[in-house]
Amino acid sequence: MAKQSDEAFFWVLFSAGGVVAALLIPIHLFLFGLAIPLGVVHAPDYEQLLALLRMPLVRIYLFVLCTLPLFHWAHRFRFTLYDGLKVKHLNEIIFVLCYGGALVGSIVAAYLLWNVP
Amino acid sequence: MRPETLESTKRAVNYTPYHPRWYRPRVSVYWWLGEWHYLKFILRELSSVFVAVTVIETLMLIRALRSGPDAYARFLECMRNPWVVLLNVVSLFFVLFHTITWFNLAPSAMPVRMAGKRVPDALVAAPSYVAWLVISVFVAWLVLR
Repeated sequence: MAKQSDEAFFWVLFSAGGVVAALLIPIHLFLFGLAIPLGVVHAPDYEQLLALLRMPLVRIYLFVLCTLPLFHWAHRFRFTLYDGLKVKHLNEIIFVLCYGGALVGSIVAAYLLWNVP
Repeated sequence: MRPETLESTKRAVNYTPYHPRWYRPRVSVYWWLGEWHYLKFILRELSSVFVAVTVIETLMLIRALRSGPDAYARFLECMRNPWVVLLNVVSLFFVLFHTITWFNLAPSAMPVRMAGKRVPDALVAAPSYVAWLVISVFVAWLVLR
């Protein structure tokens, strides 16, 4: 059989990340990026958010929210650079920077969410 | 020419069938500025950058919450910075653009047929929008109650 490409693996991550991003990112950005800081809605107090953050289910949810969209970005940005800026000759370094960046973000998310004091 | 000479001449020359060079026009780096729908495609792909921006802001929020109430207050102050507000408004536009284009692609990616007839695209995309609305309301309720 001909050598199989690994593209399918990265595409699945892109696809899953795209679904998570489509469903969840807008409300999170709206709430914590605009509505709460600007006072459109009352800011939840610190204790309430910390209580939420302590729940294991919430931490798993936040891990998925952070990691999958990052891999979605990595894949999409990589191909945008290939096709948009026609830099396919830099494909190794682009590959490492994109997926490596997503991996670093995932590790940071895991570290922050592993346990909350 | 005598037959023997002809045969040896044929063996001496290696003939290959004629094939012209493939036509590969050089494409400009700015090809995507040529048509509106090319630009729209690139903007859709760039929406992923603003998705990543939101993830980074979420990680900053989590770090602030872990550090204490002062850090949380400082995070909110940071989000009130005019440049950050501008970034977030632009990000919100792109993130919504991602959601809408993503859901609207579903019927094309997975054509649904029932009883031999193709189900209308709007009907296939609708459940995604409903799910999006329900989930968003639930998250907002969980955070704001």
